[in-house]
Amino acid sequence: MSEPDPAAAFRIEAADLLDATEQALLDLTHDLASRDLVDTVFRGMHTLKGSGAMFGFDALAAFTHHCETAFDKVRKGVVPASAELVAITLGAMDHMRTLVDFDADDPALEEAGNAILERLHQALGSTPDAGGEAPPAAQPMAAANASSAPGGWHIVFRLPAEAIANGTNPLILLDELRELGDAEIHILTDTVPPLDELDPTLCYLGWDVTLKGAATHEDIEDVFIFVMDDMDLTIEALEGEAPPDAGAVQAAAPTSAPAPAESPRSPAPRSARAAEESVRVPAGRLDVLMDRVGELVIVQSRLAQLAESGLRGAAGELALRSISEEVERLASELRDTTMVLRMVPIAALFGRFRRLVHDLAHETGKEIELVTEGESTEIDKTVSEQLADPIVHLIRNACDHGLETPEERDKAGKATTGRIRLSAEQAGGEVLITITDDGRGINRQRVRAKAEANGLLQPGQVVPDSELLQMIFHPGFSTAEQVTSLSGRGVGMDVVKRTIETLRGTIDMTSEPGKGSTITLRIPLTLAIIEGLLVRVGQGNYVIPLAAVEECIELSLEEDIRTRGRSMISLRGRLVPFLRLREVFQTGTRPDPYQKIVVIGTGGERVGLVVDQIIGSHQTVIKSLSGLHRRLPSFSGATILGDGGVALILDIVQLVALGQQQEERLRAAG
Amino acid sequence: MPQSATQNQNDSPGATAWDAHGQLEVLTFEVGDERLAVEAVTIREILDLLPETPVPGAHALVGSVINFRGKIIPIADLRIAFGMPLEEPTPDSRIVVIEIELDGEETQIGLRTDKVNEVTLLERTTSAPPPVLGMRWRRTYARALARQGEAVIVLPDLPAIFASLSHPQGLGSGETSMEHAA
Repeated sequence: MSEPDPAAAFRIEAADLLDATEQALLDLTHDLASRDLVDTVFRGMHTLKGSGAMFGFDALAAFTHHCETAFDKVRKGVVPASAELVAITLGAMDHMRTLVDFDADDPALEEAGNAILERLHQALGSTPDAGGEAPPAAQPMAAANASSAPGGWHIVFRLPAEAIANGTNPLILLDELRELGDAEIHILTDTVPPLDELDPTLCYLGWDVTLKGAATHEDIEDVFIFVMDDMDLTIEALEGEAPPDAGAVQAAAPTSAPAPAESPRSPAPRSARAAEESVRVPAGRLDVLMDRVGELVIVQSRLAQLAESGLRGAAGELALRSISEEVERLASELRDTTMVLRMVPIAALFGRFRRLVHDLAHETGKEIELVTEGESTEIDKTVSEQLADPIVHLIRNACDHGLETPEERDKAGKATTGRIRLSAEQAGGEVLITITDDGRGINRQRVRAKAEANGLLQPGQVVPDSELLQMIFHPGFSTAEQVTSLSGRGVGMDVVKRTIETLRGTIDMTSEPGKGSTITLRIPLTLAIIEGLLVRVGQGNYVIPLAAVEECIELSLEEDIRTRGRSMISLRGRLVPFLRLREVFQTGTRPDPYQKIVVIGTGGERVGLVVDQIIGSHQTVIKSLSGLHRRLPSFSGATILGDGGVALILDIVQLVALGQQQEERLRAAG
Repeated sequence: MPQSATQNQNDSPGATAWDAHGQLEVLTFEVGDERLAVEAVTIREILDLLPETPVPGAHALVGSVINFRGKIIPIADLRIAFGMPLEEPTPDSRIVVIEIELDGEETQIGLRTDKVNEVTLLERTTSAPPPVLGMRWRRTYARALARQGEAVIVLPDLPAIFASLSHPQGLGSGETSMEHAA
C-alpha cells in the first residue's frame, strides 16, 4: 500500500463539501428566508476554510474566508440573503473548485478571485477592502506577522468551555507548542469555580505560555487552527527575557511526550486530480462481504479435508457434491455482494444537474424548475460517471429547444415556469432514467425536412412517427441550424446514443407537440456480469444477452426452405425479419434439422436470429476483446464457459440494425 | 520476468533494441519454412495448443481467440502475413504469447508457431536490414535479417503487421468478409 496523499483526501472531502454547500445554495434561491439553509452554507464554508488551511490550501482558505464572512453577516441578520448574493456565491463556489484542483499561486487565479470578492462586497454593501471587517481568522493576519520575534512569544489562550467535550485535547496543543521551541507553560486557574459548581465536562482553564525559539507567528497559529475561531488567543512578541511567574502552577502535561507531528505542508506541486478514483462503501456491505469470504474459507477447508481423507465411492461423491453446491451458492452470493460494492445512489449524479438547470435558466432567460425523483436508485459507479455527459446534453437540449420562453408559455396557456423532470427507477436488471420536459415538443416538420435534406428519408416517404423521432439520433442528422451557445458543444444526439449503447443501454424518445418530450434511458445495472442465453451456431457457442431476448420459436425445415431469399416470419400478425447466423458467420456447416429463432428486441425493433441449438441460460462474465477484435460489428465482448472455452457475446444493437437493413433491402426489392 | 514491454522499441516501429554490446536476446521459432525471432522481453508464455474459438468476421491473421488465464486474447497466424499456405498443426506446434504495444495499448497476442527453438543472442554485426528485392513478403513486415550459422533469422515487425489490420487494404489477402460487410 502506498502512503495516502493527504491532499488527495482533502480534495475528495472538499468536493463533497462543495457539492453539499452548492445544493444548499440552490435551495436558498427558492427560499431566501430560510435560516437553516444559510446556516448550512455557512457551516460548509467554515469547514472548507478550516480543513483547507490545515492541508495547506492557503489560497482556498483565504478566499473561502471572505465568503464565510459574508454568510456570517447573513446569519446574524446584518444583511439579508438576496438572489444576487446567492448568484455571486455560486460563482465563488466554482472558483473554490478551481482552487481545490490547482492550489497554485497563479496571479490570474488570484485576480479572478479578487473580482468575485469585489462583487461579493458590493452585494453586501461594504467596501471591498477588508479593513472594516473583523480580522480574518485564518490567513491574512498570519501573513502580516509571519516574521519570527527574536525574543520569543508570549501566548495566552483560553479554550471555549465545551472544548473538551467537543474533542479538543489541550495537552496536544501544549505539546505542539513545546515542539516549536523552549516553552514555559503556566496554567491560569482564576476562572475555575468552587467544587460544587464545577461541571467536570467543561474546560475552565487558561494557559500562559512563554515560547522561545525561532517559531513564527504563523507556526503558532497553526497549532490552534482547529479551535481558533471560538477561542481567546493573544500572541505577543517578547522584547527581552521575561521572568516566569514564580507563583504559577506548572501544567501537568508530560514534558517529553512526543506530540503527533503536524502533517508538513507539502511544497511539492499538486497534481490537478488524484489519479486513483475511490468509491465510498457503507461499512455494512463490507461486513456482508467479509461474512461470505469467511464462509468460503470454511468450505475450502472442508474440501481440503475431503481430499485428504481419500474418501472414495458413493460417500465421497456425496460429500463432494455437497461441497460443490456450497461453493456454487457462495460464488453467486459473493458475486452479488461484490457487485453491490460498486453501486452508488444516483442522487450524486442528479445533484449536478440542479446547478446546470439553474445556470441554464439564467442564460436562456427562461423560468425552469427541475424536479428529481428516485434519487436513491443505485447504479454502478462507472455507469453513473459515464452517464453524466449524455444527461447534461439531454437536459441542455430540453432547456434550450424544448422549453419555451415565459411569454410563449403564457400564450399557450401553460404555467410560465417550465418543468423538467428527471427520474430514475429500477426495473429488473435495468435502471430506467427518464428526462421529461413540458415544452413545445419535437417539431415533426422540421425533423422531416432535415431528414429529407440529409437523404435519410425520401421526399414524401411515409414512416411511422416513432421512426421519424429516431432520426434525431442519426449521425448524419445535423442540428447545425439549431446550435446555440448552449447546445453547440460538439456533442450531438448520435454521440449521446452511442455513449448509452456502449453502456449496453438503449435510448427512446416520445414527444407530443405542444405538451413536451420524454427521453427514456434504459441502462443495465452493471457492466461486469449479465444473464445470457447460450446458443450454438455451427460449431461455435455464442451468448445473447437475456435482457434482449423476447421469445424463442422453432424454425421448421419447410419454413426454412419456404422463407429462403425472403427472411421474414410472421409473428402474431407482425412481420419480423430474421438473420441466419450460420450465414452471417459463414460457418460452412449444414443447418440442424430443428433450428430455432431467438427473437431479440431493442426499443420497438425486433429481429429474429436463427441458431442451430439453444443450450440454455448462462451467467456471463463479460470480458473485453483485444484491440485487434474490438472493431468487429457483431460482438460486444466474450465470456469464458464452464469448460474453459470461449463464447462470443453478440452485439444486439448492431444485429438489430443489420436485420433492419436487410428488411429495407427486401422492401426495396419487392 | 521482464517488467514491461515498453522497454523494447515497439513504440518506434522498425527500430531494433540492440543493447550496448550490439546484442539482442531473442526467442527463435519456426513458422512454415522461415525461422523467426521475437525479443525475449516481449515473451509472456509458451503454451501447448489450446482449443481456439473462431471469430467470424475477423481478419484471418487474427481469426480466433483463446482463453489465456482468464483473459481473451487473439491468436495470430503469421503465415497469413507472410503469404504462406496454411498447414495443420504438428506435435511440435506451440502458441507463443507475446505482449506488445498496439495503438498505445499493451496487447497480449498468441503467435501460432510450428516449432519453438531456443532463446539466443543475435549479434548486430551479423544482421542486416531486409533487402529491397528477393523477399516474398512485404518489406515493412521485417525489421532485420540476422545470420546464425547457416540459417537466416527474420525479425518480424509485429506492430507494423498488426497495425495493418486497422487499414484493411494493407494485407489484401485472407479477408473473410462477413456477408453484411459489403
